[in-house]
Amino acid sequence: MALPGSLNRYLLLMAQEHLEFRLPEIKSLLSLLGGQFTNSQETYGKSPFWILNIPSEDIARNLMKRTVCAKSIFELWGHGKSPEELYTSLKSYPVEKMVPFLHSDSTYKIKIHTFNKTLTQEEKVKRIDALEFLPFQGKVNLKKPQHVFSILEDYGLDPNCIPENPYNIYFGRWIADGQRELIESYSVKKRHFIGNTSMDAGLSFIMTNHAKVKENDLVFDPFVGTGGLLIASAHFGAYVCGTDIDYNTVHGLGKASRKNQKWRGPDENIRANLRQYGLEKFYLDVLVSDASKPSWRKGTYFDAIITDLSIWYQRIYKEIRFTEGNTKGNRKMRLSAETFLDEEKPKWSQVPQGTAKNDFKRIPSSDTGVECSLRAAWYTEEMVPWHPCLRLISNCEQKLSSHTARRLITMEKVKEFENRDEYSHLLSDHFLPYQGHNSFREKYFSGVTKRIAKEEKCNHE
Amino acid sequence: MKLLTHNLLSSHVRGVGTRGFPLRLQATEVRINPVEFNPDFVARMIPKVEWAALVQAADTLNLAEVPKEPTEGYEHDETFLRKMHHVLLEVDVLEGTLQCPESGRLFPISRGIPNMLLNDEETET
Repeated sequence: MALPGSLNRYLLLMAQEHLEFRLPEIKSLLSLLGGQFTNSQETYGKSPFWILNIPSEDIARNLMKRTVCAKSIFELWGHGKSPEELYTSLKSYPVEKMVPFLHSDSTYKIKIHTFNKTLTQEEKVKRIDALEFLPFQGKVNLKKPQHVFSILEDYGLDPNCIPENPYNIYFGRWIADGQRELIESYSVKKRHFIGNTSMDAGLSFIMTNHAKVKENDLVFDPFVGTGGLLIASAHFGAYVCGTDIDYNTVHGLGKASRKNQKWRGPDENIRANLRQYGLEKFYLDVLVSDASKPSWRKGTYFDAIITDLSIWYQRIYKEIRFTEGNTKGNRKMRLSAETFLDEEKPKWSQVPQGTAKNDFKRIPSSDTGVECSLRAAWYTEEMVPWHPCLRLISNCEQKLSSHTARRLITMEKVKEFENRDEYSHLLSDHFLPYQGHNSFREKYFSGVTKRIAKEEKCNHE
Repeated sequence: MKLLTHNLLSSHVRGVGTRGFPLRLQATEVRINPVEFNPDFVARMIPKVEWAALVQAADTLNLAEVPKEPTEGYEHDETFLRKMHHVLLEVDVLEGTLQCPESGRLFPISRGIPNMLLNDEETET
């Protein structure tokens, strides 16, 4: 390995969730924090153990203040395919780098982390005892140690084929944990104001990380809904604003999305959501506005646009279920379908099927007055956007069901949109790969139609 | 609606183009909403503000005088940044209207939220 000597090796312990989103998250955060993703390994695949070169411990700590994909980071002291290899590797680690953490005034503890296997207490003690040759001078303190060291053993990914011995063993000094607890503390379940399609907290944070949202940024969500993405951005210190075409959502009126609650309360709105998490100071404004006809003046003032476009399909799905699924002469049901559609009217009369694609093609360009340097957005499977001024950073798939998925697309503006005519041929519908748009809709509903047919059949029997 | 947001909004009535900015502000209810002072963020916003539009909007609300232009070295001028923090982020228009300076179209502001929706006939296609 020809690596610059100044870079220290670190071991990242990744969470085994949203696998595809992990590498883009770590890459984005490193580039945001002034590090660079430099590694000999091209791809990390599905393993939870990643060896990374990071210029300084400060950058490693800052990385952990942002990541929700990684659980912990360790300064890697040794690595091997067998205990012997690990010990050889540890013996070649410079002693002067170990001593500051092992001297006699310090307290320490050694932890064992195994992946895909559980060890007995006896086995664990044996592994710790085997490290005797390291110059540990300090006292063991299990409750409040100054330094924590970890032995990490990797037994592969297949729970049906657990090997006798680990494939890889790592030893390192624990540095910091990631932000996994945010997934719980920001859980939608405990959130004041939610909608039917509120974004999962973990994914919201992943999205803001992909979009490199940072302190004092100005972040905009054109399909803001109940503002879940704004909460994640504000948590990282960005000032946020959003628009939505739905008057009731923006004002926090109308029917509640929660079970056992019919109407939204008087203070269920985006501002109150931010207040719940102590983030109200980052609230700028929300507007009732149609994202396809943006009402922003020309100029570059947003640092990031992040949004969830895949919700359109969930809404269309609901509409269809009400109209097609309940046409069997049940008057009461029909009535509720009509009421529902009537409520949705301002939205649907202005957002016919297929409109959203045009909105999004235009959003990043200056011809509609909205510009930003970076953005992340959810799209449906076959509708990956493309624009001459934007560079694709990452494209991650999340499976929604056996036959559908949505994608998180992150793009960066690489040049100004100067001459509209120059690119007009590229922006025409014929050139853009949006033909898949309607086929996604058909595919999405094919499952629903089948299920409704099945349910009806069951009812008849 | 904060004056920072007002400074970024433009009318998008058909045919108006860049003459849709700035929107004429009329307020019937204004609230001063204390926001924690963050000099770095305010300093970042200063170059993004269209100054004449801000002065005009502040005047309609009879706010204490907004400087005719940003002071030299404003990044380190706390008095200036505090004043701008108040004007841009703490003044909240709760009820009122925004009017397109070209077409005269009114956009209502209710409970602090502007409604920028137009009918299909009114918008650019």
